[in-house]
Amino acid sequence: MKKRWICLLVENEIGVLARIAGLFSAKSYNMDSLTVGVTEDSSISRMTISLTSDEKTFEQIKKQLSRSIEVIKVVDYTDLPIHMKEILFVKVHGCTEEDIRELFRISEVFDVPIIDYDGTTVLLECTRTENKNDDMIRLLKQRFAGRLEIVRGGSVAIEAVSSCER
Amino acid sequence: MEITGAELFVKALKEENVTTLFAYPGGQAMDLFHALYGEKGIDVILPRHEQGLVHAADGYARSTGKVGVCLVTSGPGATNLVTGIATANYDSVPMVCFTGQVSTALIGNDAFQEVDIVGITRSICKYAVTVRKREDLAETIKKAFYIARTGKPGVVVVDLPKDIQRAFGSDFYPKEIAIRSYKPNTSVHMGQINKALDLLSGAKKPVFLVGGGVNIAHAGKEMTCLAELTGIPVITTIMGKGAIPSEHDLYVGNIGIHGSFAANSAISNCDLLFSIGTRFNDRITGKIEAFAPHAKVIHIDIDAASISRNIEVDIPIVADAGNAIAALLEKAKHLDISEWVEQIREWKRNYPLSMKEEGLTPKKIIDAINHHFKEAVITTDVGQNQLWATQFLALNENRQMLTSGGLGTMGYGLPAAIGAKLGNPNKHVIVISGDGGMQMNIQEMATAVVYELPIIICILNNGYLGNVRQWQELFYDRHYSSTCLRFRRCCEIGCSQPKHDCPEYTPDFVRLAESYGAKGIRVTKAEDIETAFETAEKNTKGPTVIEFIIDREINVMPIVPPGNPLNNMILESEGYGE
Repeated sequence: MKKRWICLLVENEIGVLARIAGLFSAKSYNMDSLTVGVTEDSSISRMTISLTSDEKTFEQIKKQLSRSIEVIKVVDYTDLPIHMKEILFVKVHGCTEEDIRELFRISEVFDVPIIDYDGTTVLLECTRTENKNDDMIRLLKQRFAGRLEIVRGGSVAIEAVSSCER
Repeated sequence: MEITGAELFVKALKEENVTTLFAYPGGQAMDLFHALYGEKGIDVILPRHEQGLVHAADGYARSTGKVGVCLVTSGPGATNLVTGIATANYDSVPMVCFTGQVSTALIGNDAFQEVDIVGITRSICKYAVTVRKREDLAETIKKAFYIARTGKPGVVVVDLPKDIQRAFGSDFYPKEIAIRSYKPNTSVHMGQINKALDLLSGAKKPVFLVGGGVNIAHAGKEMTCLAELTGIPVITTIMGKGAIPSEHDLYVGNIGIHGSFAANSAISNCDLLFSIGTRFNDRITGKIEAFAPHAKVIHIDIDAASISRNIEVDIPIVADAGNAIAALLEKAKHLDISEWVEQIREWKRNYPLSMKEEGLTPKKIIDAINHHFKEAVITTDVGQNQLWATQFLALNENRQMLTSGGLGTMGYGLPAAIGAKLGNPNKHVIVISGDGGMQMNIQEMATAVVYELPIIICILNNGYLGNVRQWQELFYDRHYSSTCLRFRRCCEIGCSQPKHDCPEYTPDFVRLAESYGAKGIRVTKAEDIETAFETAEKNTKGPTVIEFIIDREINVMPIVPPGNPLNNMILESEGYGE
């Protein structure tokens, strides 16, 4: 099992998202996240799909996506140099003075801005990779379990221009 | 010139050379039917149920190679197509289904007879779309026909809201279309073909495994040439049967859980499996880990997703079967494999497909069809009748079989035959059905009568849902759970065998046929088979039903028990499972 990434260019039409999502559920493929948005060409939407699967299933997923009529192009980003980000908002409720000091320290150390705050609730904004966001959630859960409100955007990815950095 | 959407629809059908339309009207399709009224170039066929309609279009498409076209109303009209859409799409049948829809302004309002048919059919068709703007109508219809008939053929659903049907707009219908996201493969990778031929030249025990892809590509003749040129024996799947004449010297038989012993043994012992146009469905592989254990595998398929999905392939070739076979024919050479060929012939001699000699057996009925009708389209229903047909029908370029192979849809046989007869008025069309499947679309008997279609409907009546009963007998402790069609309230609970005084079968198929205005014949003795077919052949004004009363517990043999490798077959059912 391995983490994998697909960039999918599709026709920007009603029902295409349902078709792609339906393909995953109908064939019991696992999907970790899917983001979709319109591209520079308004007739084309671009999806970034992250999933965890073995090699054989992944080959089948790519082929099944390719044969869908509305899919223009399937690019496997798994082993390509890409830039990838995921937006993550975390609200921490019921904070004491001590909690707030700790959250401001976390904010500084991990370079995660606190974008809103009302004395007892703190809102963090992480725009980092999916893995780093996972780490942040793990860290916060240790101290603030039961008081977190989390919303994740799913990853967007684009091929690197020069470097191999991810 | 400005015309309505409905008028453009009719124009589009004509431009696509649609001469037969299977159509059932309703509220949201009335404008389309109004535009079709009095239209001379299109034969509008009115079946008795939308499921019958869609199977008829399917049978028409399979037997003519043209696109089958359906038109129904919204809501229940559309949902009644669902089984037929899945049936056709599973077997790669080109079909376009037009469904009426409530006006665009009402979509989502839970309007009367509104369903999201595009959403419902999304996973069982090749493409589905609702036309939302009148200016998109022509291009969408063009696209639908193009997608349905090219690449791996399939079903396209076009949902037409009422306001689009009524709106005025351009009368332009495009001659051609290019779709950037859909580029069917029309070439053959010669490098891969050469690799395949290299592997072939060193093989000692090669076989061809031919699937439905070869029949869809109409490449039977070329396939036969390739077999003759190389001298390699040919095995078929159910969908591939007939690609090479069943009586050809190099034809071994069908593979699969009801395949022939020779075919299954050849697959289990071959060193090279050259497969063309099959998806290696579980019904043909048996226990997948033990499938063709000694073989290198070459796989030609138009659908890349079919390759290396169920079995690992050494040389994949993504191509249309016809194009690939043509490329192979240019370079293939004869192989010296006489020992292997002789081995397969010995298996075939020693373990032929057979059935007991006494009484009125399915084999005798099918042998009579083989003997009596040289040119015919034969449709089957699903179950034992279908399996016997796939075992004993002798197919060739003049004798074609239509069967629901992938989905296995009961109720397919009769309506498919109606479509086949409409598309092939000069050929004999014969249905091989069971008493169970027959009742799933029996209302289409009326369609066959009113359109004066002289099809011959053979009902093999054993009073059971025979295939399930057979499994219950062999693998489920003989618990005949809900499979007896002669059951009545007075029967004992848990009855597990036919008795001499079982209640009468209902309906009486002969009287039912007559009440529809068809001819009805009942045959109870083998001696009467020939006469029945002769009588049926003389009835050229409408359908003839021949009800054959067969043994209640006759089985389809041989069979691979579930979970077993292909060559582990039960050859005789006598004594098994007791």
